[in-house]
Amino acid sequence: MSFLSIADLTGGYGQMTILNSVNLSLEKGEIGVIVGPNGAGKSTLLKAMFGLVNVTGGTITIEDEDITRLPPDRFASRRIAFVPQEYNIFPTLTVNENLEMGAYSRSDDFSAIMEHVYDIFPPLRDKRDQVAGELSGGQRQMVAVGRALMIEPRLLLLDEPTAGLSPMFMSEIFDRVIAVNRTGVTIVMVEQNAKQALAIATTGFVLANGANAFTDTGKNLLANPEVAKSFLGG
Amino acid sequence: MAEFVFFLNKAVLSGLIIGSIYALGAIGLTLIFGILRFAHIAHGDVMTVGAFFTLALAGILSAMGFSSPIPLVLITLIPAMALTAAFSIGLDRIFYKPLRDRGSQPIIIVMASIGVMLMLQGVVRIFAGTGTRNMFFDQPKDIYRIPFPGSTRDLVLTEPQLVLIVFTFVAVIALHLFLTRSRLGKAMRAVSDNADLALISGINIDHVVKATWVIGGGLACAAGSLLSMDVFLKPDLSFNLLLPIFAATIVGGIGQPYGAIAGGFLIGFSETLAIFNWSVLLRPFKASLPFDLPSSIALVPTEYKLTVPFVILIIVLVYRPTGIFKGRVL
Ligand SMILES: Nc1ncnc2c1ncn2[C@@H]1O[C@H](COP(=O)(O)OP(=O)(O)O)[C@@H](O)[C@H]1O
Ligand SMILES: [Mg+2]
Repeated sequence: MSFLSIADLTGGYGQMTILNSVNLSLEKGEIGVIVGPNGAGKSTLLKAMFGLVNVTGGTITIEDEDITRLPPDRFASRRIAFVPQEYNIFPTLTVNENLEMGAYSRSDDFSAIMEHVYDIFPPLRDKRDQVAGELSGGQRQMVAVGRALMIEPRLLLLDEPTAGLSPMFMSEIFDRVIAVNRTGVTIVMVEQNAKQALAIATTGFVLANGANAFTDTGKNLLANPEVAKSFLGG
Repeated sequence: MAEFVFFLNKAVLSGLIIGSIYALGAIGLTLIFGILRFAHIAHGDVMTVGAFFTLALAGILSAMGFSSPIPLVLITLIPAMALTAAFSIGLDRIFYKPLRDRGSQPIIIVMASIGVMLMLQGVVRIFAGTGTRNMFFDQPKDIYRIPFPGSTRDLVLTEPQLVLIVFTFVAVIALHLFLTRSRLGKAMRAVSDNADLALISGINIDHVVKATWVIGGGLACAAGSLLSMDVFLKPDLSFNLLLPIFAATIVGGIGQPYGAIAGGFLIGFSETLAIFNWSVLLRPFKASLPFDLPSSIALVPTEYKLTVPFVILIIVLVYRPTGIFKGRVL
């Protein structure tokens, strides 16, 4: 069985079904990238993995543990982290407090990992006592990812970490994602900037209308003319 | 000079006293709003219940033959706060939590809290009747007269008033340290900021909710008890408190604990300044005034005191709905 394995996942909001029998699997240490048009259900899939969506069928397992319908507050202690697409920081808490809240499920000393996060995102170090809501968009995104890293996740779910960022910040965030992945963290990332994201993907998943459209290595998807035509804007 | 001391007593000290009561009540309201997203209409009656706990515990001590140099109610205040905290958690478990768990709209929970308010008013009357009670049943209130240099009049403060001012000061500092230094306090601010992200981060929302009721209930008990000690304990204590503490919460910025404190004192001072008889301050200059000095010049007659928070509330809602500290908009 794969490190992460989603089988025939079906679910949605209330009675409304958004995801139709979605499959996704990933080995340890890989980067999985989910792309697809707006409203395809990419965010819904990540939320479903994190117990935030009503799952009506299928299973999600990580390292052979069934985490389907696990309550959202039980993931941190299993070292599974999620950075939502929006509202992903605590705006009136300082940068340092945001990171502390990321480590809430830990009872050990996390000062080393906090230093590690500041090493990955140096701009945050100078702003550690500043209120997170006052930072620039790029820095807020760093706080959001930094918060998630505080549990030293086995699996990190990122929903459009570069949304709304300038190209410069965008490649900076991508670089950081690769750096985090190199430390052994398995990553599932949803991205609008499909070409750049698929370039760093081990496996790419194209989602359309809440179902798998294409699944292949990032490289193959980029080279696939059908994918390029329908999903990568030519 | 005597007139100035009169002003200090009637306007400044009184404002500080009633402001402390409002602040203690508003802190609980604003925390409950920040964490649980509903206006806890029954909060005033939690204050009444808390005051009755203080009196009942003191009554039990007294019946057991216990006597002490300090008034019994001042001894039982702390255990009564703990009791009220537990009582508040119980109210939440029985009435509000089931609705939250069912995903009810905040307005439904507000309605439930109106029900709880009516129920508490009834329960208090069943157990305690409708009469007025003296919290200082075992000994008279000490009255401190602090001589004011150059005046024949003294600054006057009663024992419960002094306790109230000191208590509020300590409570505000303790709350600040709790919210900024402790893990649970920071988690409370995190939940108030972004409840979903707090959940995702693994913050135990249940602990945070309990802490909210412990602080809210405990401070409500202190406010209700100390106000009753200052005057009398009546079952309809909450009647004159509910509007000012809501006004204080909204004026300070909903969900903002520091705003609630500022709002409480703002409403308190506004009330006392509005009903203050300014004629007294003008009396020394009577001879040089071009008009006859009326015996009373007050913005608002004392009996209409309750209009003051109401007017402030309306002004704030119209011109700055986020309140002083940029809270949520209702
Ligand atoms: N909280 C919600 N309640 C109801 N419907 C939702 C909610 N969030 C998203 N949807 C709907 O689910 C579908 C998929 O949305 P989403 O997963 O956010 O798409 P994507 O992230 O791929 O752009 C959309 O049709 C959207 O309108
Ligand atoms: Mg999305």
